[in-house]
Amino acid sequence: MLLRRVIPCLDVKDGRVVKGVRFVDLTDEGDPPTLAERHAAEGADEIVFLDISAAPEARGTLLDIVERTARRVFVPVTVGGGVRTADEMRAVLRAGADKVAVNTAAVREPELLTACAKRFGRQCVVISVDARAVPGQPGRWEVVVQGGRTPTGLDAIEWISRAAELGAGEVLLTSIDRDGTQGGFDLPLLRAAVAAVDVPVVASGGAGDPGDMVAAIVEGRADAVLAASIFHRGIHTIGSVKDALAAAGVPVRRTGLAA
Amino acid sequence: MSGRIAVVDYGAGNLVSIRNALTLLGAEPSVAAGPDDLDDTRVIVVPGVGASGPAMERLDRAGLSDAIRGAVADGAWLVGICLGLQLLFETSEEDGARMLGLLEGPVVPITDAPRLPHIGWNQLEQVRPHPLLDGVPDGAPAYFVHSFVARPADPAVVITETEHGSRFPSLVVRDRIIGFQPHPERSGADGLRLLRNTLVLTGLLQPATDARTPAATAATAAGG
Repeated sequence: MLLRRVIPCLDVKDGRVVKGVRFVDLTDEGDPPTLAERHAAEGADEIVFLDISAAPEARGTLLDIVERTARRVFVPVTVGGGVRTADEMRAVLRAGADKVAVNTAAVREPELLTACAKRFGRQCVVISVDARAVPGQPGRWEVVVQGGRTPTGLDAIEWISRAAELGAGEVLLTSIDRDGTQGGFDLPLLRAAVAAVDVPVVASGGAGDPGDMVAAIVEGRADAVLAASIFHRGIHTIGSVKDALAAAGVPVRRTGLAA
Repeated sequence: MSGRIAVVDYGAGNLVSIRNALTLLGAEPSVAAGPDDLDDTRVIVVPGVGASGPAMERLDRAGLSDAIRGAVADGAWLVGICLGLQLLFETSEEDGARMLGLLEGPVVPITDAPRLPHIGWNQLEQVRPHPLLDGVPDGAPAYFVHSFVARPADPAVVITETEHGSRFPSLVVRDRIIGFQPHPERSGADGLRLLRNTLVLTGLLQPATDARTPAATAATAAGG
């Protein structure tokens, strides 16, 4: 039986994790491979690095982070943020990433998805979509790019369908309205996306407590849940999220450690 | 021990994870990009990423298909991972590819699955005992990423099965040929245990006698 995944997301800027991290070992705070290793030890089913560096020269730093992580972490690693070409994707994969998420570049050039899927296999290609509810039109969402700053006019559900047809093997769907609010996932958005495609959908944006994760999977029908801040604050752990999921009858991977 | 285990590099994809996992466990994997790199290799690891057609084309073009078949005929161990398992069989409905043909049977699309590709953690259900499963609980989760599965002609090669829509073989063994459909190098402590058992079975590592083995240390690192 396929288990549902719980995925911590580490936002990386210029080589450091930037969201308010409060792990116990202060000397390691902010070092991406160290935090990834700690998440893996707590039972993370996958690690996502999202590179939010503004400068292109940070790319080398990111590859170094991926390489150092791959030496210590033996769960899958996904990298997103700023990948614009198939060659850039190749570099990230060769550094040790298992999947690469593309967002703005795919909206600009949808054929990128096909090229990458052909070259590396669609299982490596994640379409990352930031969606925002269209005011006054319930059940409609618009794709926004460049970190949620630029509206595109694209219908999010149509874009997700098209991206899956073009070669994306997984959808990372973030509700921009909910991102950072910890007010719960946008469940209608999730359900619409899950109904539109056959590939797995990862829910992102809005996780505030384990109950939100349960809702995203049970009501939103997501295959996986991704969150950043709730794990970093240290109030909720990956273990406590998995406890809540298991209590709701959702199959999850238990690692045997008290997490 | 250099040269005794080689990871085949046939183009795109992530070789780093499998090499790191083998290194952590005490092996010293080399990288094989051509037939000469397989001389005197005891264990050949074919990792997997991408599609069957392009993968076989690259293996053929590099002279690696014949070299791998020759090495296996001469007594080498062959370990296929993910697409690498599928390459062990005869043909694939993906790209209509002709594969290495070391195990009998075709590779076919997963049917009746709720979602494809099959991405994520799923369970290894043990159908017959095998030393590769030492210390690995029945139903242990492993990380899968694929849309095709092998249909072995001989059911006796199947060691574990996994269910996603329908049931398919997730670990196959015959003689010195081993195939993992999941990625043991991405499957936490149980995955590292499978790889460690592989190294023991192939004679590259001694069986563990002490709890503080690299695998035990790795289990902590891997979240096990």
